[in-house]
Amino acid sequence: MGRYVARRLLQMIPVVIGTTFIIYALVWALPGDPFAGRCGARPCPAAYVADMTAKYNLDDPLPLAYIQYLGNLLRGDFGETFQGLSVGEELLRAYPTTVKLALVAIAFEIIIGIGAGILAGLRRGSFIDNLVLVSTLVVVSIPVFVIGSVLQLFLGMRWGIFPATVGGDASLYNLILPGFVLASLSLAYVARLTRTSLAENRRADYVRTAVAKGLPQRRVIGIHTMRNSLIPVVTFIGADFGALLGGAIVTEGIFNVPGVGNLIFRSITTRDGVMVTGAVTVLVLVFLLVNLLVDLIYGWLDPRISHG
Amino acid sequence: MRGSTRRGAVVAAAVGLTLVLAACGGDDDGGDDSGSGGDGGSSEGPTGSVSINSTQPENPLIPTTTNEVGGGNIVDAMWTGLVSYDSATGEPGLAVAESIEPNEDFTQFTITIKDGWTFHDGSPVTAQSFVDAWNFGAYGPNAQLNQYFFGPDGANIAGYDAVAGQTDDTGAFVEGSATAETMSGLEVVDESTFTVTLGSPNSLFETIIGYSAFYPMPESFFTDQAAFIEHPVGNGPFEFVEEVPNTSINLTAFADYAGDPKPQVENIEYRVYADLDAAYADVVANQLDILDKIPPVGLAGDVWKTDLEGRSASEPLTTRFTSMTFPLTNTEAWADPNLRKAISLAIDREAVIAAAYGPGNYVPANSWVPPGNDGYVEGTCGEWCEFDATKAQELYAQTAGVQGTLLISSNSDGGHREWVEAACTSIRETLGIDCQGDYDPDFGSFRARVNANEITNPFRTGWVADYPSIQNFLAPLYTSNGSANDGGYSNPQFDELIRQAAGLEGQEALDLYNQAESLLSEDMAIIPLWYDNGQRGWSTNVNEPQFTWKGYVDPLSISVQN
Repeated sequence: MGRYVARRLLQMIPVVIGTTFIIYALVWALPGDPFAGRCGARPCPAAYVADMTAKYNLDDPLPLAYIQYLGNLLRGDFGETFQGLSVGEELLRAYPTTVKLALVAIAFEIIIGIGAGILAGLRRGSFIDNLVLVSTLVVVSIPVFVIGSVLQLFLGMRWGIFPATVGGDASLYNLILPGFVLASLSLAYVARLTRTSLAENRRADYVRTAVAKGLPQRRVIGIHTMRNSLIPVVTFIGADFGALLGGAIVTEGIFNVPGVGNLIFRSITTRDGVMVTGAVTVLVLVFLLVNLLVDLIYGWLDPRISHG
Repeated sequence: MRGSTRRGAVVAAAVGLTLVLAACGGDDDGGDDSGSGGDGGSSEGPTGSVSINSTQPENPLIPTTTNEVGGGNIVDAMWTGLVSYDSATGEPGLAVAESIEPNEDFTQFTITIKDGWTFHDGSPVTAQSFVDAWNFGAYGPNAQLNQYFFGPDGANIAGYDAVAGQTDDTGAFVEGSATAETMSGLEVVDESTFTVTLGSPNSLFETIIGYSAFYPMPESFFTDQAAFIEHPVGNGPFEFVEEVPNTSINLTAFADYAGDPKPQVENIEYRVYADLDAAYADVVANQLDILDKIPPVGLAGDVWKTDLEGRSASEPLTTRFTSMTFPLTNTEAWADPNLRKAISLAIDREAVIAAAYGPGNYVPANSWVPPGNDGYVEGTCGEWCEFDATKAQELYAQTAGVQGTLLISSNSDGGHREWVEAACTSIRETLGIDCQGDYDPDFGSFRARVNANEITNPFRTGWVADYPSIQNFLAPLYTSNGSANDGGYSNPQFDELIRQAAGLEGQEALDLYNQAESLLSEDMAIIPLWYDNGQRGWSTNVNEPQFTWKGYVDPLSISVQN
């Protein structure tokens, strides 16, 4: 187990270096000089361009500039935005909001997704089953920004049940609407996954044995079937959590949630390269760590899988 | 909306006298005739809190390096300059200045400032506060974005070159080339008086120094810049409270504000939105108090008129102008004025606006200066800006025509792709030639190509005036060495008229500017497309706010409803 974790952590090093290099290269290799649009219809003052070029090592060849960046990164220095704000501090400020939003979304996936999946899986072919299948199909086929905008229009703007946007006040209540929108797609997958998995396991040998032993129905489903059926679901939710921590550009944009997705979106539009690279580096790390965690949980849930 | 949110930048070399000088402007200072019903309660001081949509400032909140809207609105609320522009008319009037006295040929100005002005930290506003701030802004190694406002492109203060430093042949800054730290043209006479000597006559000097680059700076800025950036200190009606990056910037009314009128609202939150659609949702739901621009989601089908019934307005902006420019220096393809005229005639501006922005949301342009500016004359473009299919075809037939496909370059974001497509449709149907958009993904990459003079087909040009004057719509854009002359248009007669106008006052100057403008219609190297309308909305918590000549909310006009 320890060796497995160590190996996985070592594997992360080339992945992190590779992805950050690609992002760094892409951001700074965008066509045209990054300061061309900063002075409206005029070129920026030469002194300003020279100062910024020196500050971000833009005169150096790309690999050298990247190594300098990586060196600073290893010392925990993410650099500064054009505005002069510390990228590290900005990320620290944005992350809690994104984590909160992700947790709200995961809660929806668990409560509604698994709930609906169990109801459908236990009564295959029933009205409930068909309802779940049809409604999840609808959700899956509608893009998130449509769901988001429509819910915002009615629940937020027309009826005023929820605030239309979140802004600086990322309270739990304010995050319900964006959290639900963010969860909607995965929620549908979770419901379908639970349903299929449950339905399959109900025909498994060990369930038949348990029934033959005379165990009460509640115990057969509640303990034996459920526990095994939820293994793929837990994996899915875990991986989804990793993805949600990467911020949700569309949802955070619609509801003005000051999270990581919003930060990245703004930085891309203002071509604030240091911010984009810093944020993406952290995203990659978080995603890899969450994935490792999910794999470990998987082994713990399902003894057949061993990380020896 | 990258393209249109830029505040433009500089001012051009030659200058004209469109405005009567100093003393005459004094009475108009801050002339706010509506008063929003808050006048009676002025003894009670400012009350209430409001929120205004904003974007995250892209630069530190230092006036000499803030040149975009997000930071600019906050800087304008936190500072008051020697001169300020009237909200409604854009007319400059004295603010911190007691008087601004020019010499005969407008090369030297003696400026005295009023007593009693202080910065938010309590230190007095003196002549030195202005001189130090201007020297800081001009000094090359300080790398300030608004540097050129002090040089030949702007006020042209004597001794600018030595302070700004040199550029080499490629236009790159030469390290260590700034030989002085202070401009020889700035001289402090006493605590409240200083003189400014210019490198060339500039009768628009008083108008230009209303721009934010000319705001004063407190002593504390020069001793500890890092602390200042954390907590900026100005001398204006509102003082800085805190900034939560990516979320909001909060200001509060400055109790010792020496200017007039006084703030009517106590707290202002500039709320940061990455996406203007979210701000629109908020103002409809009454969770945002003031929205200074309605995004396309609200304009489509005119839903904003019902969503914001009784709390929205639309009025023409006097500061913005969109045009299409033909490149003349890197290709011969557009050398024939008749070809340029034929293309202009083939664009049905009314229909393009309707298709791209909704009918009536922009105003078709028939001159190079938006209405509302002193010296605006309707229809200087004349017949060439009126859609006329027959005439376009006739004229086009006389030319060598467009080789291959006609490309129109622009950035594709900010709603620009929509109008380029519509304009192409109009050209295609009228002239029977192929027309296509040639897009860059964002404003930055598009401007990089324009600045590098790489584009060999017509391209989008937009202008946001730096200060309210007809001169600012002509000189930087169309004089041969204008700093924003993207197409390389050059007409010696035009240059000469602009140069002469800089030494004249009032109507005499305006006449020369108008003559210069009419030359543009003979050449049609730049096709006027439209002027912007500004649509804005507000919540039920506030009274109708006033908007500045630039189209942003005037913080002094904001008051909450009782």
